[in-house]
Amino acid sequence: MFKQTLHISTSPHLKLGVSTDDIMRNVVWAMLPASAFAVYAFGLSVFLLLVTSVVAAILTEHLLCRWSGKESTVNDWSAAITGLLLGLTLPPAFPLWMAFVGSVIAIALGKFAFGGLGYNTFNPALVGRAVLQAAFPAAITTWHPAFLEGRFTDIASSTLALPFMEPTYDAVSGATPLSAFKFDGVAADSADLALGLVSGSAGETCALLIVLGGIYLIARNMMNWRIPVSILLTVYVLSGIMHWVDAEAYPSPVFMLFSGGLMLGAVFMATDMVASPLTAKGVVVYGVLIGLLVVVIRLWGGLPEGVMYAILLANAVSPHIDSALQNRVYGTNKKAKAV
Amino acid sequence: MNKHTDKSGFFAALEDSSSADTFLRGLWKDNPVFVQVLGMCPVLAVTNTSMNALAMGLATAFVLLMSNVLVSSLRHFIPKQVRIASYILIIATFVTITDYAIMAISVELHKSLGAFISLIVVNCLILSRAEAFASKNTVGQSMLDALGMGVGFTFALLCLGVVREVLGSGSIFGFGLFPDGFQNWIVMILPAGGFFTLAIWLLLFNILKQKRATT
Repeated sequence: MFKQTLHISTSPHLKLGVSTDDIMRNVVWAMLPASAFAVYAFGLSVFLLLVTSVVAAILTEHLLCRWSGKESTVNDWSAAITGLLLGLTLPPAFPLWMAFVGSVIAIALGKFAFGGLGYNTFNPALVGRAVLQAAFPAAITTWHPAFLEGRFTDIASSTLALPFMEPTYDAVSGATPLSAFKFDGVAADSADLALGLVSGSAGETCALLIVLGGIYLIARNMMNWRIPVSILLTVYVLSGIMHWVDAEAYPSPVFMLFSGGLMLGAVFMATDMVASPLTAKGVVVYGVLIGLLVVVIRLWGGLPEGVMYAILLANAVSPHIDSALQNRVYGTNKKAKAV
Repeated sequence: MNKHTDKSGFFAALEDSSSADTFLRGLWKDNPVFVQVLGMCPVLAVTNTSMNALAMGLATAFVLLMSNVLVSSLRHFIPKQVRIASYILIIATFVTITDYAIMAISVELHKSLGAFISLIVVNCLILSRAEAFASKNTVGQSMLDALGMGVGFTFALLCLGVVREVLGSGSIFGFGLFPDGFQNWIVMILPAGGFFTLAIWLLLFNILKQKRATT
């Protein structure tokens, strides 16, 4: 009888009552303001885009679970997060069928092929986006202006492109602040950037609402604050130095912080609990690495934006960061190494 | 066992049930690409269209067959110390023949396959069959082994080539599958697409094998 009541498990033995679905649900709440703003700024097209990517992600997860004979893990909300995040990183008038493909790839290739939730080496949403970027480079860099007249009644023609067919674009298309700076040398107004009055991917424009979501998660202790803080600080300091060296050629640090997908990436993507390092020290190294890569790609790379590649690269090295920066085992001296 | 003639040996081998095994092994159980993961260079590099994949598969199968037959019939005359060099020499001879033959059949195909025809010489699949099988077995057995491996290799290349061409160019063997305005998946004709497609086929193959093993 004693044998049956003896419960053997690995540490940690003391747990808070917070489960995976609690955290995941709160992450969804935190992303809702930014998503709502995306729908407000870009209208019906973005609403359809987000719905498509979320539904596709949930459907893929459900079917794959069923096919592999596991219990469906749809209820833990993680598939919904992946879908929503992917939708938020796509251009507003992105064809729906491509978003669907991206979501399927994100879940099947980015998450399920590695073993499901808790085993993904890379942020699944970014895997989906990276494949989309490589497969459809034209569609994913065609932007749509924000706050168009009649955005709540009309759908952009490219949104409804038939599956596997090339999208046709409306005459109007806007440049993002980053591409405008990179290719035309025009820097957008910082206040417009922070409030999201510019063009860009669906959910990346309003930096303030993203930060708000991040603060909510940090306050509930559901996100490691060191990651976004170290990323943003690194970007600010590095681009500040470059701007100080040559103000003509390099944008101001404030512009760097609030433009493009940096806020969205730093707050919601780099903080993926599975793909980021475990220790406090490791997380800071990880954040600094992302910040460094973002600045390098943006300022000297061929692409206007590099947050996605920066995070994916840092995801790839995060296990190595962990093994290099093990915490000292209590009671051992500095030279003793963990076995 | 050492005394044999090509033809009678080949047909005698076909009658034998273990010989059918030798042939089928290359197709499925020991598939050169999906199980042994050999010869990755052509598998990733020239499978961007079905035509390239088929041509490369057949060329490799031809070289494999001829070199296996020759290595097997010369196995008592090649000194152990210089066997690898000798095998390479034999393989290179047939690669040169294949190279000229492809050029004579279609200059366009020769251009699109490029250096990868000459690189058949260093395809580890061919050398591994010479070393591991042909140098220890009769000509008939070696022939069957080469046929099985060759067909298996061609099949695997076609698996990749068809998927990559359908998604990357919207066609199959050059015939368009879709009405005008098909959105090409650029990644599929890039090297990255080769890796993705190979990984997905390996995944499916392993799942299939596991299911077979458990049932």
